[in-house]
Amino acid sequence: MTARYSRRAALQLGGLSAAALTAAACGVQGAAKQQSTAQAESAADKFWKAQKPTGTVTFANWALYIDPDHQTLKDFTAKTGIKVTYDEVIQDDSSFFAKIHPQLASGQSTGYDMMVITDGLEFSELVALGEVIPLDQSMLTNFHQNAGSAYQHRSFDPGNVYSVPWASGSTGIAWNPKYIKTPPTSINDLWNPAYAGHVGMMSDPQEIANFGLFKIGVDPENSTQKEWQAAAAALKQQRGAGIVRQYYDQSYINALSKGDVWITMAWSGDIFQQNLSAGTDLQFIVPKEGGTIWTDNMMIPKYAANPVAAMQLIDWYYQPRMAATLTEAINYITPVPAVQDIIKSDAASAKGSDKATLEAVATSPLVWLSAADYARLKNYVPITSKNQSTFYGIFQPVVAG
Amino acid sequence: MKRWRAAAVPYLLILPGGLWLVIFFAIPVIVLISLSTQQGNIVDGFSQTFHFANYASAWDNYHDQFIRSLLYGAIATILCIVLGYPVAYWIAFRGGARKSTYLFLLLLPFFVSFVLRTVSWQYFLSDNGILLSPLKSAGILPENFRILATGTAVVGGLTYNYLPFMVLPIYVALERIDPRLVEAAQDLYATRAAAFRRVVLPLSLPGLFAGVLLTFVPVAADYVNAAILGGTGNTMIGNIIQDEFLTVQDYPTGAALSFMLMAILLIGMFSYARVLGTDEVLEVAAR
Amino acid sequence: MTVDIDSERARDSAPAVVAARGGVRRRPRRRWGDRLLFAWTWLIIIWLALPIAVMIMFSFNNPHGRFNFTWVGFTLKWYGPHLLDYPSLTTAMENSLLVAFAATVGSVVLGTLVGLALGKYRFRGLGTANLVQFAAISAPDIVLASSLLAFFVTLRVPLGLPTIIVAHIMFCLSFVAVTVRARVLTLDRSLEEAARDLGAGPWATFRLVTLPLIFPGVLAGALLAFAISIDDFVVTSFVSGSTQTFPLWIWSATRNGLPPQVDVLGTLIFVAGLIIAATSALLGRRGTR
Repeated sequence: MTARYSRRAALQLGGLSAAALTAAACGVQGAAKQQSTAQAESAADKFWKAQKPTGTVTFANWALYIDPDHQTLKDFTAKTGIKVTYDEVIQDDSSFFAKIHPQLASGQSTGYDMMVITDGLEFSELVALGEVIPLDQSMLTNFHQNAGSAYQHRSFDPGNVYSVPWASGSTGIAWNPKYIKTPPTSINDLWNPAYAGHVGMMSDPQEIANFGLFKIGVDPENSTQKEWQAAAAALKQQRGAGIVRQYYDQSYINALSKGDVWITMAWSGDIFQQNLSAGTDLQFIVPKEGGTIWTDNMMIPKYAANPVAAMQLIDWYYQPRMAATLTEAINYITPVPAVQDIIKSDAASAKGSDKATLEAVATSPLVWLSAADYARLKNYVPITSKNQSTFYGIFQPVVAG
Repeated sequence: MKRWRAAAVPYLLILPGGLWLVIFFAIPVIVLISLSTQQGNIVDGFSQTFHFANYASAWDNYHDQFIRSLLYGAIATILCIVLGYPVAYWIAFRGGARKSTYLFLLLLPFFVSFVLRTVSWQYFLSDNGILLSPLKSAGILPENFRILATGTAVVGGLTYNYLPFMVLPIYVALERIDPRLVEAAQDLYATRAAAFRRVVLPLSLPGLFAGVLLTFVPVAADYVNAAILGGTGNTMIGNIIQDEFLTVQDYPTGAALSFMLMAILLIGMFSYARVLGTDEVLEVAAR
Repeated sequence: MTVDIDSERARDSAPAVVAARGGVRRRPRRRWGDRLLFAWTWLIIIWLALPIAVMIMFSFNNPHGRFNFTWVGFTLKWYGPHLLDYPSLTTAMENSLLVAFAATVGSVVLGTLVGLALGKYRFRGLGTANLVQFAAISAPDIVLASSLLAFFVTLRVPLGLPTIIVAHIMFCLSFVAVTVRARVLTLDRSLEEAARDLGAGPWATFRLVTLPLIFPGVLAGALLAFAISIDDFVVTSFVSGSTQTFPLWIWSATRNGLPPQVDVLGTLIFVAGLIIAATSALLGRRGTR
């Protein structure tokens, strides 16, 4: 009997499908929104009262964002007895959010007790959806004692209800002196046709929007939709001319080190740690037209199995000594001002190449920003639920197309 | 009574597996189709509004990628035929006792995860890697020459990863050809080339068509090769679908694109099945 | 239709027949066309094996930091206790093996039954059933993946190992069914009829006659299911949530630099597959003799 299908078989299938189709008009439900502040506070109190200490904690973080030998984590374990599982699973906020949101929305734990999220769209979505646990303020003793005042009063998370900063950093241009002989200074260097096929741009729409806006000379914090479209046009021109090799998440560092990419959008500290660990000689600058400044924050996702241990770990990093070790390794802006003196004294007592490295960190303009620097660095475009789909509709096709 | 029970046996046998496929294959596809006409966002949820404009906007934004995917699919399939047919021919007709060994050698690399294989290609073809660095130092190639992040690399990767899907069906068909037919042709004064053209080739066509089907469909829908080996101008529709579902979380657009891809390929698949039957394909899958 | 030794022998003897008839030498003369084809075949085999060679080579590399793409120096250290340096990689490997095992068992049970039905019986709906199998085999991975994700998310099913296993059973099932069906089609009906004539009930017939006869097909299907499951990337990446399997781990690790441990694991899997295939080939040859 041949296996040729008959018209009847196809019709049978078609009929069944049509019947099922009409029945399948169900949609995907959204998640419930957050309650009022007062209710939220008392709910948080009740939550934390019911929690008990545990012996393990799982920490999801970005790569190149902690001291390479994990000494800070080992010290934590030595002091508290809590075992830390450290997972470098975050490469950009949108794909990480896309991974955890469906799980949290269906009531499933992500497996992480602590995660580091940038102060952008995903942060506000997580808060609005109630998918993060408000921090236990009573356990933030080191934070209240040692964090700089700017970090204790932030506009996008007043009162630090849901997060405290991990590190702050800037997005600028990184390049490889082996292939680029004239050091870049301007954002137009990313549009330089001489580098065609060897330019990297970031795939996060929020990052790339800022650079597009800098290219056309607009301040992202006060930009209009028309200006977004002009920025997107400039970005599309860059892509159409074959200048951009790829849109990268954090993997730009991989391509830059390999030499596939000669110049790319980059995060300030990544270059530093890459040079330190792999012996490369990559350079980083903030373009004169401007760069982006952002803050990455420690948050506790809902259904975390070890929230108390997570709080302990969060507060651990606000001890000046731990914050100093971290900053020395990652070269990002620290929320603890006392760190600068500690690094200076570390540099004074160090020898050889270590000494040079520490002195560089102690005075690095990327870590200790001046007022002029702050003026040049801008935050992301402020996105609300109203303009979110417009914003994404304009910038996503640049990256995805 | 016994006859009734005997008649029920095939249905009972099919029931568990069939049910599994219905629940986890047929119904999800229907959910996908239903999702493609919904609106909303991942945070507030999606609801069914029969918004067929999703298809129009998906096509507007991404028709380049669709066409590119079909184009890459066609080129890779043709390359697979060109590269693979001689191999299948040689193993089937001249392999002798060592046929299985040759097939085995051919399939050996596919024991390793295909992501790992493709990533190994990425390292091998890197701008300053093992292959290009010595050539550049020797001055044979210009400094900014590159293979990666081009359409060539993507098509090369696709051809590499899907070659067995072409070789095996052709081999199966060729192996079934009685060599005495070829010899008979030669006895009738046909040259080797003519014998091939008029005896072997036509008899191998069912295998060739099965190979085309088993190669073109997965190649056109692939996204891993484009992601690892390609650049900004090489995204395929698979990359867009993956992005829509896993990063942007615009499920309706992703579903619309998925359905369009499936429809395009399905039309091809079923016309093929209608003309040539599903036997060949099922048989090759059994190998 | 499986390649069995008998038909090979028949084929090999054909030239002998010609030799007896026309005096043509048993070994065909090596014409330049043949040499070309021979060289071409080997070229293709080498091309296919090239990235494997790169992978094996880099498993012995001793890189600075986490980027393993230029040759630095030879070392065996990754084959030792250092293999377990990345706990998430080890977990991912364990998950892959667990999923492959569960998927193989599930798909073999379900698929064998379906294959039996498709091969042995004629019934209404056989055409539809074959069509569905054909569709399941030929459907592009990304369509399967996106429809499963849409399905699970709509039903608020948590994503993780269970959803991965369910998905794997789904697509392996058809491959097993088709493999078993191919074997069943070659079965000699008279054997079962003889068993029944000797008084065996249907279940006994199945257990003592049919099952052993189709066993090679079932085994082939099981191996196929295992191989497909352990290598699956696209469908798994859609329905896995935060769970990682080996191919998923490799994919995310390419972002941060692929450590040599991945090459080592790849090499080990490759060698294991080699040994299994070689053993089964040897056993097969011995079995039919």
